[in-house]
Amino acid sequence: MEMDDLPKGELPPHLELQRTRVVCAADAPSYTESVQYSGAYMAYDVDNSLRMEDFRKNFRVEIKSLNEDDIEFDLIGIDAALANAFRRILIAEVPTVAIEKVYIANNTSVIQDEVLAHRLGLVPIKADPRLFDYKTDEEIANEKNTIVFKLDVECTHMGERVKNASDQLKWLPAGSEMPPDSKTKFTSFGCSQDSLPAFTSEAIASRYPDIVLAKLRPGQAIEIEAHAVKGIGKTHAKWSPVATAKYRMLPEVVLLEDIEGDLADELVRTCPVNVFDIEDMGPGERRATVARPRDCTLCRECVRGDGWDKRVQLRRVKEHFIFSIESTGALPPEVLFTESIKILTEKCQRILTELL
Amino acid sequence: MEIGSEVDPSSATFSLTDEDHTLGNSLRYILNKDPRVSFCGYSVPHPSEARVNIRVQTTGAPARDVLKDALHDLMAIGEHVRATFERALEQHKVTRSMNEMSMRSGLTSQHTSGSVRDQ
Repeated sequence: MEMDDLPKGELPPHLELQRTRVVCAADAPSYTESVQYSGAYMAYDVDNSLRMEDFRKNFRVEIKSLNEDDIEFDLIGIDAALANAFRRILIAEVPTVAIEKVYIANNTSVIQDEVLAHRLGLVPIKADPRLFDYKTDEEIANEKNTIVFKLDVECTHMGERVKNASDQLKWLPAGSEMPPDSKTKFTSFGCSQDSLPAFTSEAIASRYPDIVLAKLRPGQAIEIEAHAVKGIGKTHAKWSPVATAKYRMLPEVVLLEDIEGDLADELVRTCPVNVFDIEDMGPGERRATVARPRDCTLCRECVRGDGWDKRVQLRRVKEHFIFSIESTGALPPEVLFTESIKILTEKCQRILTELL
Repeated sequence: MEIGSEVDPSSATFSLTDEDHTLGNSLRYILNKDPRVSFCGYSVPHPSEARVNIRVQTTGAPARDVLKDALHDLMAIGEHVRATFERALEQHKVTRSMNEMSMRSGLTSQHTSGSVRDQ
C-alpha cells in the first residue's frame, strides 16, 4: 500500500487507510465517516486527539487559481466538520448589501409591482458590506445603513420597445427623494455618501450592468426608489455573497497492479474525463499511468467492468478539500473566505462571553 | 444560553441559541478530539427553531471548562487557517506576477504559465 505522505509505523496500514481515505467501490463508498473519538486507537497506542502543534504542522493551503470572481484552493489537514463550517458561513452568514425596500411611485409596465421588487432584490450590488451597519426595523434609514437607488424610466418613442437593465439604477448618495411633496423624506442622511472616503472614487452600482429588470412598451413607465440594506443569506438568499461555495475531497486513483497492453488501452478509453495516460515501456510495451487524478469525477466507470475492481481502486483523501468559491461581486472571493473565518471566531467569542 | 442538569459538573448540556450545525458540528468535532471527553454529541431539536444542544460528558473535568477550551481551540484553528491562507495568497500573487513578467519579456514558453494554472 502506498502511503508516502504519512509517517510510517503507527497504525496498521488497513486502519490507516480507513482513517485517511474513503474507498469508492462500484457499489458503494466505504469508510466515509471520520474517526473522531480521541481514544479510538488506544489499543494501538495511537493518540487520536487534536493537538494544536500537530495541526499547525500538518495544515497547508494551496491556491490553485484566483481571479476577480472565483478562487479555487486546497485546504489540507483539516476535518470536514471545519471545512463545512466555513462553507456554511460563506453561503448563509457573510453579509452583503441588497435591495430590501422598493417604493413604487409609478409602474405601468406589464411586470407586477411585487415581481419587479423581487427582481430588484436579487441584483448584486457592488458595495463593501463592512462599511455599513445592520438596520433594524425601528431604526431610521441613515447614511450608515441604507443605500438608495432610483429607477425612473419611460418609453416614449413609438413602435420601439425599451429594455431596462440594472445600469439604469441610479445611486442617490444624498438619500431618498421620496415622498416628493414632503420635507421629511424616507431617509435622513447626516451627510452625502459620496463624501465618505470609501465611495468617492467609485459610485455604488450593480456589479453587472446588463441584468434586465423590465421591458417597456410605448407609453409605459416605471418610477421607483429602491433602498438597499445589509443582511445575511440566512434571512434571504439575495444577501448570500456567493454564487456557490463548495468543496470536494481530493480524488486518488490507485492502480493495484500493472495494467499493460490492451487492458491499458481499454482503461484509457473507459475514462470519460481522461484521467489515465499510456506510458511507453519500450517496443510494443505500454503501461497505464494515472496522469490527472484531480480530474476524476468518481463516475466509477473504470471499476465497473469485469475484474476491474481488482486492478483499479478509487479513493478520496479525507482531510484534503478542494474548496471553490464563486463571488457574486460584492467582495473578492479571497476576502470572503477570511471574512467567514472571522465570523466563526465571533461565534466562539459570543458563546465564551455567555459562559463566563 | 442555558446549562442543563447541574447535579454533576462533569456532564452538562449546553443549549446555544441562534446557532446551528455550523457551530454545533465544529464544537462536537473538537470536543470529541479532547481526551478528557468521554461522550459528546449535538442536536438541533427542531429545524425551525434556531437552537443547538451540545451534550458534554467528561472523565472528571468540569464540562463547562472543557467547552471553553474547545471554543478557544476553535478560535486558534480559525486564526491559523486565516494566517496560512493569507500566506498562500501572497505567495500565489507573487508567483503569478513573476510569471506575467517573464511572459511579457518573452523569456518563457507557454509551459511555465500553463503549469501554474492547471497544477
